[in-house]
Amino acid sequence: MRERFADAFHPFVLPFLVGIFFVLGYCLVGMIRVIAQLPKADRKRFLLTLITPKYIWMNVRDIFLNCLIHVKLWKRNKVLGYMHSSIAFGWFMLIVLGHLEVMLFVPHRIRFFYYPIFFNYFVAETEQTLPGSLLMFLMDFFLLIVLSGITLAIIKRFASRIVGMRRTTRLSLFDRIGLYSLWAIFPLRLLAESFTAHISGGSFLTIPMNWVFRQFLGNDLHELPTWWAYSIALCVFMCVLPFTRYMHIPAEMLLIPMRNAGIRIRHPRKGFASLEVYSCPSCGVCIDACPMSVRKANCKDATVYLNRMLRRGNERRIEEISDKCLLCGKCTAVCQVGVQGPELRVAQRARRKYALSPDFSEINVRPMASAVASGAGGKSGGVLYFAGCMTQLTPSIRRATTSLLDKAGVRWQMMDPDGGLCCGRPLMMAGRTDQARQLIAKNLEIIRASGCDTLLLSCPICYKVFREEYALDDVRVVHHSVFFQELIASGRLQMQREDELRLVWHDPCELGRGCGIYEEPRQALAAVGELVEAGKHHAESICCGGSLGSLTLSYEQRQPMTQNALDNLTLANPGTIVTGCPLCLATFVRAADRPVRDLAEVLDEHC
Amino acid sequence: MDFGFKLSPSSAVNLDTVDLARFDKLTSLVPDALTCIGCGSCSATCTAAPWSGMSVRKVLLGLQRGRDEEVDKMLSACMLCGKCTMVCPRGINTRHLILTLCRLNQKGEVVR
Repeated sequence: MRERFADAFHPFVLPFLVGIFFVLGYCLVGMIRVIAQLPKADRKRFLLTLITPKYIWMNVRDIFLNCLIHVKLWKRNKVLGYMHSSIAFGWFMLIVLGHLEVMLFVPHRIRFFYYPIFFNYFVAETEQTLPGSLLMFLMDFFLLIVLSGITLAIIKRFASRIVGMRRTTRLSLFDRIGLYSLWAIFPLRLLAESFTAHISGGSFLTIPMNWVFRQFLGNDLHELPTWWAYSIALCVFMCVLPFTRYMHIPAEMLLIPMRNAGIRIRHPRKGFASLEVYSCPSCGVCIDACPMSVRKANCKDATVYLNRMLRRGNERRIEEISDKCLLCGKCTAVCQVGVQGPELRVAQRARRKYALSPDFSEINVRPMASAVASGAGGKSGGVLYFAGCMTQLTPSIRRATTSLLDKAGVRWQMMDPDGGLCCGRPLMMAGRTDQARQLIAKNLEIIRASGCDTLLLSCPICYKVFREEYALDDVRVVHHSVFFQELIASGRLQMQREDELRLVWHDPCELGRGCGIYEEPRQALAAVGELVEAGKHHAESICCGGSLGSLTLSYEQRQPMTQNALDNLTLANPGTIVTGCPLCLATFVRAADRPVRDLAEVLDEHC
Repeated sequence: MDFGFKLSPSSAVNLDTVDLARFDKLTSLVPDALTCIGCGSCSATCTAAPWSGMSVRKVLLGLQRGRDEEVDKMLSACMLCGKCTMVCPRGINTRHLILTLCRLNQKGEVVR
């Protein structure tokens, strides 16, 4: 093992140096900006986690598993998983092994940035020692892995259906430049190392290739141009990286520690939100997943395009996309990076200026509060049932729920027998947080006055906001699906099972993805009939299309979404569609070809 | 002369003096507003109606009759719960209508 050049330099390393310093500088400035834009409390919290051993371990593990191995993608699609992890992990190993070689054989050169990258050009006879030949073997091995990933990537670009994607994003110009330069890097590296293999040494890949080339190429004149091309491809990739989707590589490495620290989106463009936007790899998985994209409509309103528009600053489109979304959260559920599309949109809605803002501070809730205080729930605990606006509109759910409560012998009373106030969730979704807080304060007054120990809700929209935004420390907030399942399990509700009854459960967005409740309603349904599953279910269930999340979607635009959700639910041909959300129920009833019932109604009939 | 009844001048609407700028802007932004048949389903279901008299039907009517104060009072009671949207037989997106109206000032300009 010896060095070929005393000065250890050749001009062809210059493009690489330009690229690496540009991209490192850009990312450093970006990182400082993002951290500086965080609210003070968040920043302190984040910086503290960086020195806490538990979080350091979590961060290292998550970055390794997500950024290099792409575990989530593996679970979703093996081919895409292999493609991404082979390129990411393979490239990472090439860099690490390159540095290892330099540290082992020429430690005084480690301070040169370019040396580990172009190691094979600067040294000779590496394979004559055992560690040298082993490292050369590993380098060839990982280069082969990366090349296999690149091959898959090229196939995917021309036939995306082979890897199981229906629709993908249209690439921007910079994305294309980045993509082609990325494709070029590794074949060029292979060529360059092969041409030099008779001097520097190589392994199972480079030495045979060198031999083959030497059979018909009579001289070494092509060696330097190839190294130049390799360096230039690296330079092009790194110089365009900040303006392409490949920015997700560095951005995600900061996103993961911030998410682990529990930082939330507070502004649609600054701090954590900008990090989420830059972490979007523009893969387009959210396009197929989005319930709005049925029949090829609204494809350009998926989260991936919101991120792109936020990066470009296209205000008109940002507003349009933000207002249209159903906030069902499916894009986040399928996203490999976990970009919080709905939260980005709500933050954007919250920035909007209004000439007129509602004011609920004048509402007098004392009559309602005194009514519940003197009711059957009394001061000594009991269940307070809040039907909410949507359940008031579907009185059958309210009747079934109260009937079940009576059958189980639960001491209960209604919070809104003659209609009450809204829970505040629709205002939150519209970005009008301050007004929602007023309603929350009013409702809290009533709940506190009742002295209940359980707040029962039959609407997941209410349930989510009561759970997350209300300071109800000693009051248990529970959705009726969970409450009734507990009553069935404890034997207080006796169910008569009807074997011919085929039921399918529709996971409402707010209950499933919103609150993580999937199993309890299914267990309850299994007690009354045969439970079948929809095509897409659990975290990937399809929004009914009636969501209050969307501000601008018209009834006509929502109809195909509802039909699509129904088609998905009826794949296994169930007799009845069961859901746990009055809004989903009201939406489905209009379009369904078979009965749609609330969970409480089905249970009440069989009790 | 006393006929036993009289015209109340306070509630008489002079359509010539009504400024329709806000209504016109609204219908250009939310054309569906024009399809309202005034059936009153929204009034019947409104969560805010018991304590504010809110009704989308009356909002649309009030806008065309220059009853701006009444309209603003009703709009500032809306909790966006979406019941009116659910029951509207014309499928009008009433929440979009209300939010759009809240963005307009008295001259019918979208505030930025």
